[in-house]
Amino acid sequence: MTDQSALFEYLLRLGDNTLVLGHRVSEWCGHAPVLEEDIALANSALDLIGQTQMWLGLAGEVEGAGRSADDLAMLRDVWDFRNLLLVEQPNGDFGQTLMRQCLFDAFHLELLTDLTRASDDRIAAIAAKALKEVTYHLDRSSETVIGLSDGTEESHRRMQAALDLLWPYVGEMFTPDAVDNAMHAAGIAPDLTALRTRFDTRIDAILAEATLTKPDSTYAQSGGKTGFRHSEHLGHMLTQMQWLQRAYPGATW
Amino acid sequence: MYAQMVKSESTQDAPEKLAAFQARIDAGEKIEPKDWMPEGYRKTLIRQIGQHAHSEIVGQLPEGNWITRAPTLERKAILLAKVQDEAGHGLYLYCAAETLAVSRDELTEMLLDGRMKYSSIFNYPTLTWADMGAVGWLVDGAAIMNQVPLQRTSYGPYSRAMIRICKEESFHQRQGYHIMMKMAQGTPAQKKMAQDALNRFWYPSLMMFGPSDKDSVHSAQSMKWKIKMNTNDELRQKFVDQTVPQAEFLGLTVPDDTLRWNEDKGGYDFAEPDWSEFFDVIQGNGPCNTERLAARNKAWDEGAWVREGLMAHAAKKRAAKLAAE
Repeated sequence: MTDQSALFEYLLRLGDNTLVLGHRVSEWCGHAPVLEEDIALANSALDLIGQTQMWLGLAGEVEGAGRSADDLAMLRDVWDFRNLLLVEQPNGDFGQTLMRQCLFDAFHLELLTDLTRASDDRIAAIAAKALKEVTYHLDRSSETVIGLSDGTEESHRRMQAALDLLWPYVGEMFTPDAVDNAMHAAGIAPDLTALRTRFDTRIDAILAEATLTKPDSTYAQSGGKTGFRHSEHLGHMLTQMQWLQRAYPGATW
Repeated sequence: MYAQMVKSESTQDAPEKLAAFQARIDAGEKIEPKDWMPEGYRKTLIRQIGQHAHSEIVGQLPEGNWITRAPTLERKAILLAKVQDEAGHGLYLYCAAETLAVSRDELTEMLLDGRMKYSSIFNYPTLTWADMGAVGWLVDGAAIMNQVPLQRTSYGPYSRAMIRICKEESFHQRQGYHIMMKMAQGTPAQKKMAQDALNRFWYPSLMMFGPSDKDSVHSAQSMKWKIKMNTNDELRQKFVDQTVPQAEFLGLTVPDDTLRWNEDKGGYDFAEPDWSEFFDVIQGNGPCNTERLAARNKAWDEGAWVREGLMAHAAKKRAAKLAAE
């Protein structure tokens, strides 16, 4: 794998994570349990879509084949997506959405922190901008996870169920492969093992305050960030997200 | 206009108090929450501001319907930001209503069980991407006609909420018109979509101003109190006069064969919408009334455990803080 193709793959991972999660969160618009949450969810989705424009824009530049961020978002099929399985999981109830957000935010925050020191200035600049937004995302998602877990019996039960459901998708974030290793060697990406330690410290503190039990299993689902085997959910998302571009090729909107 | 056919409440207060109150309004003073006000004024405002707030909230649904299908990342972000603004408008307006001693939860319950209304326009479906353009251009355009004068309304909190809302609404209208421009100048299929959207949204937009109110006693009282600033007919005429040249610029045809410029009145003559359809819609028989209310009820019911959970957590934290003191 050349450095350029590893960089392209790596940027797709960053951009597809924010694209797919931003899309999922945007599905809540108008349907949240309380008005303030509706506004906060839209805020997070907007930040993530904005980050997508930057990551995929840079990916297109690095690829050098003339593809724009929109081309990459709207005209690739499932096997070309490089997002983590976690972010494509359906919203479920509000607790599941916030648990997914909190797990991703804790990873995302640590990742972006390291990326602000990347040897590639373009990546460092995007990471610095995104980090400000993601710091707020984690504040909010962790506070909400804690509040709901330490709320009523029902809200606690639902949050524990959400954690149990989503925990098998945590491992993929920290399992390095050839792309991660090449990017680490190039001084761009962090060492994922060290990142895992910081993630665990953060998440353990949140789960302790939330009175939730971390699942024993260390089994990790995989296949999202390599594109080898996504879940069935992603294809359905793409049928909506890409529909207009696919149905009316070449039109300008 | 997001508040339609708001029935003004009668008032039983002493004539001298009413006269003093009217004098304040006539002098252009703002009425503030702690000031004395006639019961009818308070109740009419609750109904109007509540209906306006509900319209913002239900109004998220027809546009939210296209967020996941927006054609580009930029369009998705703009639409998301716009729908988020609507939720924010709902929030300001519920806060303004709360200054009149009614809680947001009480108002929400009245929306959900059908005791309070929201604008008829949101009971129409959004079927193509061009509808995002038409809603911004026509629906927000009609709303602005009503809301700009309401910045001068007599009730302080309502007036201040409208000032903030109007700033955002004009951005919404521009982005809607921009979508229409792209479509109208686009492929034949896009142009067809744009015309179809105008055909479906033209008359429902005219209905937003409500029926002719020249004979309405309620309307007269609201105007005297400066809760309502213009008649429905004045605003509708202004809207048509502004919108027809915009449609011409787009190369689209307003679906009204009788539309003519009238030199004498300096405005367009145009066909009235089908008022029987309007009354059907506000009675609950519009194309989407059932879905819209069902969606709001579902969000509220399924969110109950979240609200209860967060309240319980807040109570625990308060108790812990108290125990520590």
